[in-house]
Amino acid sequence: MSTPNASGWRPEMNAGGADDSTTFTGNRALMLEEPLIFEIGSTETTGVDFDEVAPALDLGGLARSAPIGLPGLSEGETVRHYTRLSRQNYAIDLGLFPLGSCTMKHNPRLNERVARMPGFADIHPLQPQETVQGALAVINELAMWLIKLTGMHGVAMTPKAGAHGELCGILCIKAALEARGEDRRVLLVPESAHGTNPATAAFAGFSVEDIPATPEGRVDLAALKARLGPDVAGVMITNPNTCGLFERDMKAISDAVHAAGGYVYCDGANFNAIVGKVRPGDLGVDAMHINLHKTFSTPHGGGGPGSGPVVLSEALAPYGPIPYAARYADGSFKLVEEESAGAEHPETFGRMTAFHGQMGMFTRALTYMLSHGADGLQQVAEDAVLNANYILRSLDDVLEAPFGGSGPCMHEALFTDNGLAEGFSTLDIAKGIIDEGFHPMTVYFPLVVHGAMLIEPTETESKAVLDQFVGALRSVALRAKNGDPALKSAPHFAPRARLDETAAARKPILTWSEPVVAPDTPSLSEIGGS
Amino acid sequence: MRYLPLTPADRSAMLATIGAATIDDLFIDVPAEARLDGPIADLPGHASELAVERHMGALARRNRAAGDGPFFLGAGAYRHHVPASVDHLIQRGEFLTAYTPYQPEIAQGTLQMLFEFQSQIARLLGTDVANASMYDGSTACWEAVVMARRITKRSKALFSTGVHPHYRSVARTMAKYTGDALVEGDPELVPGTDWAALAAAVDKEVSCVVVQYPDILGRIDDMAALASACQAAGALLIAVVTEPVALGLIKSPGEMGADIVVGEGQSIGVGLQFGGPYVGLFACKAKYVRQMPGRLCGETVDANGKRGFVLTLSTREQHIRREKATSNICTNSGLCALAFSIHMTLLGEAGLRQLASINHGRAKAAAAELAKVPGVSVLNTTFFNEFTLLLPTAARPVVHQLAERDILGGVSLGRLYPDNAGLENGLVVAVTETCTAEDISAFAAALKEVLA
Repeated sequence: MSTPNASGWRPEMNAGGADDSTTFTGNRALMLEEPLIFEIGSTETTGVDFDEVAPALDLGGLARSAPIGLPGLSEGETVRHYTRLSRQNYAIDLGLFPLGSCTMKHNPRLNERVARMPGFADIHPLQPQETVQGALAVINELAMWLIKLTGMHGVAMTPKAGAHGELCGILCIKAALEARGEDRRVLLVPESAHGTNPATAAFAGFSVEDIPATPEGRVDLAALKARLGPDVAGVMITNPNTCGLFERDMKAISDAVHAAGGYVYCDGANFNAIVGKVRPGDLGVDAMHINLHKTFSTPHGGGGPGSGPVVLSEALAPYGPIPYAARYADGSFKLVEEESAGAEHPETFGRMTAFHGQMGMFTRALTYMLSHGADGLQQVAEDAVLNANYILRSLDDVLEAPFGGSGPCMHEALFTDNGLAEGFSTLDIAKGIIDEGFHPMTVYFPLVVHGAMLIEPTETESKAVLDQFVGALRSVALRAKNGDPALKSAPHFAPRARLDETAAARKPILTWSEPVVAPDTPSLSEIGGS
Repeated sequence: MRYLPLTPADRSAMLATIGAATIDDLFIDVPAEARLDGPIADLPGHASELAVERHMGALARRNRAAGDGPFFLGAGAYRHHVPASVDHLIQRGEFLTAYTPYQPEIAQGTLQMLFEFQSQIARLLGTDVANASMYDGSTACWEAVVMARRITKRSKALFSTGVHPHYRSVARTMAKYTGDALVEGDPELVPGTDWAALAAAVDKEVSCVVVQYPDILGRIDDMAALASACQAAGALLIAVVTEPVALGLIKSPGEMGADIVVGEGQSIGVGLQFGGPYVGLFACKAKYVRQMPGRLCGETVDANGKRGFVLTLSTREQHIRREKATSNICTNSGLCALAFSIHMTLLGEAGLRQLASINHGRAKAAAAELAKVPGVSVLNTTFFNEFTLLLPTAARPVVHQLAERDILGGVSLGRLYPDNAGLENGLVVAVTETCTAEDISAFAAALKEVLA
C-alpha cells in the first residue's frame, strides 16, 4: 500500500507550474506536497498502543473474514500528515474571509476551552437528568438569551444547522395550519432567498412560488400582497436580505401575511447585522433560525458542524420540537421529551434529531454572548454595518454597486461584474484576490445580480485590514478592467492552480482505489459514468 | 470588548469616508419605532475572560462526567478513548476556522481530508461510495428513506423493530409531512429479530427496509437473506450503524448486500458532548450516487496537471437545484469528519481490529459478571459491545438508584420506550475499552445491592 499510485503523488507533479521550477519531491521550501493516507499508510501500522491482547470472539458467524483496507500511520506520521494538510487551507485565523451571506468572524479560543470542560464534553445524552443539571442549565440560559435578543416567545434548540432550522420553522407553520384545519400548500419565497429556502419548503411538502425583487433589491410588496390568499401558508424571507439590504417593509409584509392567514418565516443567517439594534419579534416575524456559527462565533470547521436554533412567535411556539430543557420553579431542569410532551407540550410536531441538538455549539455560543454582553452585542451590529459600508464606499468607484445608490447596506456590500474587459469575469477577480493573500468574496450570489460579488467583512476586522483588502481588490478590479491576461490564469501562488471541476463532475472519482494494473479491470473511478 | 478592533477614532474616520454623521444613519432603513435605543434590558453587560470561564466552569461542574466513575451508557452514543493528537490536530486554526471549501485552490487541506474520509467510510461500511458527512445518524437515516423513495418511486418504508427509537421518531415526524407511510413497532425481548417475517412483508409497494446493526438491544444478525428479498421485490435495504467500532470485527452491511448504509460516526474521534455535534455517515452503491444527499468531494487535476480535489456533483444540491434539490442540507459535519478520519488513521486496520476485540472481550466479561447478580439475565445470544439485561423489576428506577451510588449503569428501555410496559425491565448496557475490570465489579455489586 505504500507505493505511490499512478494518479497521484509523484515527483513530476510539480512540472509546468507558473514559475516553471521543478523539484524531485514535488515540495518547494515550506510548501509541501502531501500524498493520501492510502499511499503512505499500511494496514499493519498503527498509531495507538493497547495494553491487552485480543480475546476470543463470540460473534455468531458474523466475524469479518476479508481485510477492510484501512491504512494506518504511526502517531508522528499522523501528526505530520494532518499538519501538512492544514497548511493547504485558508482560514479566518490566517486572514480576512469576506464571504457575504456566510459570516466568518474571529473564533475566540475561550469558546474552545469551555466546550472541552469534561462536564460538557464528556456527558452522555441519555444520562439520568439529575446528573446533567448544569448542561440543561446551559441550554436553558442560551435559549433565554436568544428569546430576549429577538423579542420572540420561544425557541427550538435542537436543529443541527441553519437549513435544519429552516425545516424546523416550516414544520411549525405546517403544524399550526393543521391545528387550524387548513390545508395551505404554497410558500412564497423571494428571488433573493438562500437556495436552502425553496429546498426546505419543497422538502416539507410545500410548493414554492417566487416573489420578484424591486429594482432596488427588496421584496416587491405589491406583488407579495397580490399573491396572498387562502392557499398561501406563508412567506420565507431573508432580512437583512442577500443583497445586503434591510427589508424596510418588513412590518407591512408581516401584517399583510398575517391578515391573509399566513405565517412569516425569516432566514436569520444575517442576524449579526441587527443584533441589539432591532428585535425580529417587533417586526412580526413568526419563526427565524439563528446560525450560531455566524452571529455567535462558533467555528465552522471547513463545512460544519453548524447549529440552527429557531426562535418562535407565540402563535408557533406550541408546535416546536421535542426535546427541550424546561426550568422549574425550584431551579431544577427537566427534559421534555416523548414521555412528558403529552402533558407539557401536547401540540409539538415531534422530534427532528436523535438527541438534544449541538451542545458543543451551545457552550461556545453562550460563552461568546456572556463575553460580549448586551452592550457588546449591540456594538457588534454597529461595527459589522460600519465595516460593510466602509467597503461599499471605498470600492464603488471601481466596481459597480447595483443598489449602492439606494442608501447604506447592512452587513455586506454587493458589487457586479459590469465594466470588466471582454472575457473577464467575477471568477477572475476572485482567483486574483487569492494571490493577494485573501480568501475571495462570495461569488455569483445572490442570483438576482449579474456576476455578483458579495463582501462581508464582519465586525472583527480592523480598519487597517479593511484598507489593505480595499487596496488589493481595487488593484485586481483594475487589472480585470484593463484585461490583464495574467489574471486569467490566477491564482499563481496558491497550492493549486485552477482545478478542473467539469472533469470532476463528468467522471466522478469519489474514493481512493488501488492502482489499476490490467486496463480492463473495473475501477471505482468509473462510477456514475458520463 | 476584546473581540472588536475598531477604536472610536477609526469609527469617526470611517463614518467620514462613508459620508454619514452617526452610526444610526447607517440603520436608516430600520423603522425608527422598531429601533432599540440602548442595550436590551435584563441581559448582563460584557464580561472578562476570567469571569466567563468561572461562570461556565461552575455550570460544567454540575454535571457528572463519564470519566468521573463507572460508566456504561450507549444506545446510540458511545464513550471511547480518543488519542490526544486528534483534538490537537482538529484545533489547528487552518482546520477549525476554515469555511466550506468553495475555493478549492486554497482549501486542499479540507478537501483532501474529505476525500480520505469518504474512502475510509466506503471501506468500513462495505459500499462503493460515501459522502463527506451529514448532521448525525438519525437525520442521515431519514435522508436514506427519502432517497429510496426517489429511486423506487414508492413511499412505504418498513422499519425493523431493532432500529433506535429516536431514529424512528425522527422519521415519524418527517413522514407526517412528506406523505411517506411507515411500518414500525417496538422490539420484543427475544434474542433475535424475526427476519423471515420482515422479509415476507417486503411487497411491491415497499421503497425500503431499514434495519439497525448491531440493533438497539445489541443483537447482531446476518442480513443477506433480507437483502435478497428486498432486491427481488425492487426495494432497497438500508442499514443503520450506530457503533462503527463494531465493524472492526463483524461483517459490514455492504458486504451483506445493503444498498444504502447510514450511521452515527460519533464513537470514533468525536466525544459524547451531550448529544452533539456528531457526524452522520452516508454511503451507498455506486449506481445511486447521483441520488445521494449532502456534500461530495471528488478527485481532479488543476491547470498544471497536479492532482487536486473539489466539491463535486453539486447539481444535486440546494444552492443550484433549489426546490428540486435532493435535500435541503447546506452544511456537513466537516470538523467531526476530520476527527473521525484522524482517529481512524491512528488506529489503522490493525488498531481498529484490536480496539474492537477489546470492546467485545470487556463486554463478554461484563455480561458474564452481571448475569451472576440474582434475578438478572442477559437477553442476547450474540452481541458486540452492547447487550440487554433483563432485571426482575423495572429498570428505570434502578438506573437512578445506581446513579446515587455514582454508577451510570446503562440506558433503561423504559426511558427509550416510555409507552411500552412490556419492555420496562430491560436495561441496555454498553461496555467499551474505557470500562475497567474494577468498574464492572463495582457495577455488579451496586446492582446486586439495589435489587436486593
